[in-house]
Amino acid sequence: MTLVVSRFSSRVPRRIVDLMTATHELPTNVDQTSESAQELTSAGVVAAGERLRELGAVLRLSENDALHAEREYVSDDETMIINMGPQHPSTHGVLRLMLELQGETVLRCKPIIGYLHTGMERTGEELTYLQGPTNVTRMDYAAPLFTELAFSLTVEKLLEIEVPERAIWIRMLMTEMNRISSHLLFMATNGMDIGAVSMMLYGWREREEALRFLQEVTGLRMNHNYIRPGGVAADLPDGWRDGVLRLLDMLPPRLAEYDTLMNQQPIWRERLQGVGAITAEECLALGVTGPMLRSTGYDWDLRRDMPYLAFDQIEFDVVVGSYGDCFDRYAIRLAEIHESMKIVRQCLEKMPKGDYRIQDKKVTPPPRARIDESMEALIHHFKIFTEGFKVPEGEAYVAIESPRGELGCYIVSDGSSKPYRMHVRAPSFVNLQSLPHLMQGSLVADAVAIISSVDPILGEVDR
Amino acid sequence: MTDVDAQDGEADIPIEVAPETLFGVLLTRSHEQLVLHPTRDEYAGLLATLQADGYHSIIDLCGVDYLTNFSRELPPGITPERFEVVVNLINHREHARLRLRVQISESDPVLPTAFGLYAGSEAMERETFDMFGIAFDGHPDLTRILMPEDWIGHPLRKDYDIGRIPVQFKGAPANR
Repeated sequence: MTLVVSRFSSRVPRRIVDLMTATHELPTNVDQTSESAQELTSAGVVAAGERLRELGAVLRLSENDALHAEREYVSDDETMIINMGPQHPSTHGVLRLMLELQGETVLRCKPIIGYLHTGMERTGEELTYLQGPTNVTRMDYAAPLFTELAFSLTVEKLLEIEVPERAIWIRMLMTEMNRISSHLLFMATNGMDIGAVSMMLYGWREREEALRFLQEVTGLRMNHNYIRPGGVAADLPDGWRDGVLRLLDMLPPRLAEYDTLMNQQPIWRERLQGVGAITAEECLALGVTGPMLRSTGYDWDLRRDMPYLAFDQIEFDVVVGSYGDCFDRYAIRLAEIHESMKIVRQCLEKMPKGDYRIQDKKVTPPPRARIDESMEALIHHFKIFTEGFKVPEGEAYVAIESPRGELGCYIVSDGSSKPYRMHVRAPSFVNLQSLPHLMQGSLVADAVAIISSVDPILGEVDR
Repeated sequence: MTDVDAQDGEADIPIEVAPETLFGVLLTRSHEQLVLHPTRDEYAGLLATLQADGYHSIIDLCGVDYLTNFSRELPPGITPERFEVVVNLINHREHARLRLRVQISESDPVLPTAFGLYAGSEAMERETFDMFGIAFDGHPDLTRILMPEDWIGHPLRKDYDIGRIPVQFKGAPANR
């Protein structure tokens, strides 16, 4: 394959480089950034450079093609830059988009993020490993258990401990339940964005049922802090099987209704089919993962291809699309609910007996009853909750398949009880990069459908 | 656990007593994960080699500030510097992952951009610039991404003053 090395230094025509550096001067003093540099620049002077940035690197255009793409460009007075957000109902949180329009056609787009930035990675450095999940669970608030899982798996890798079988299966059960609820939320918001408002109500209704189960087990609807280093916080409560079965019985007819309501509806298909298409090559170049990557027909799912937990003992199918458009991304998520139900059913059958957390006194707090009778248990309890447990020096990266794509956690430990550096590779953050690419040449009305189909969770984007 | 498959890729790597190398770059293992330690000069060339070798996708790029932890374990020949840029690449065909750790000095925090090879690094490099003040030479749009444009300082640096901005109403008497 041909490689394009350092497009912006040698192979780009001198003129374009000049134009780019005119507005985006490479900061020599890194403490300072120029005013308004985050925003979309006007189409005139930087058009060529921006165009090259948006198309060139992704499509691996040759210099000629890039110049051709530049020539197609319309003049400045025919276009208009508008602002969408940061508080637009369809931007799924506080996302701001700057769109350059010619009539109703989107020529360029630039997502501007950071409105929900609360420095969670920094906060993670101030919390002990036991407190860590309370922090990371607030990143992806639609699928909180996944971030907890990624964090816990990374800590366990650093500690080099194996959690008990039952904890592994509980984690699988709970995360798949969470995947169902997250995809149901997508169904709801996607419907709302496109104008199928009744779908919103149905989606929220079913999600509430899924959350009810999560609440029965963890005590909270969201931000559970349930999966912790060493296992899970509590065993499954009595009657959890009934809760799972109720959901598994309830969902199939409801999903069949979704199918009737949306897949068989010409307006729905017209709004989504062929809109916001992306190819597998572009996805890989942009680092896009999850349902978006699979919608292009690229067969990749970490649960099957680089299995974690006990996914290698589970039968399920990886759903792929073929066109990479909004409809495929919607259809894949709908189908993934069915696959998750399959996994949940297998968890139900195979759930082993045993401990729900590792019986290592240095990592797990002792059971409440032991504290009353054992001095040692009390000391361990006190030490773990005040000081936390120490994690050996080292660094590790563990990735899992969240409903939005590859969710990874990178932790550097200096041997103390707090992470030296905790970084979360958020799938929404990376997937959002594809927006300018997806939107090129589409209509303003489709912009909403496209944002929705990326399914970004802004809490995770900004962290 | 995720790197079970990565071991398939390890099979053809010769096991030596001398410092291990892969693609001509020092290699270490951290919890069964392969870590490469290119120097700043080797970085761009290594990325091109890896891209050609099937590592088509950049998964992650982040910075680490080792201001208070210079004693970390590094292969011989690599001088610990204050900053590190950590890059995660994935090879979908061989189900393999590679991690690159590049040392960046405090006096000259600049690294060539990976953007020409991996377009997906754009936002990640901006985030690293924003949080650590590490500049990426050749990046098309190196501006702050999470912090406001006029923000001063880089919040994830270890010497960033956390309590600098006073918290409103903190210490105010309770309302009863």
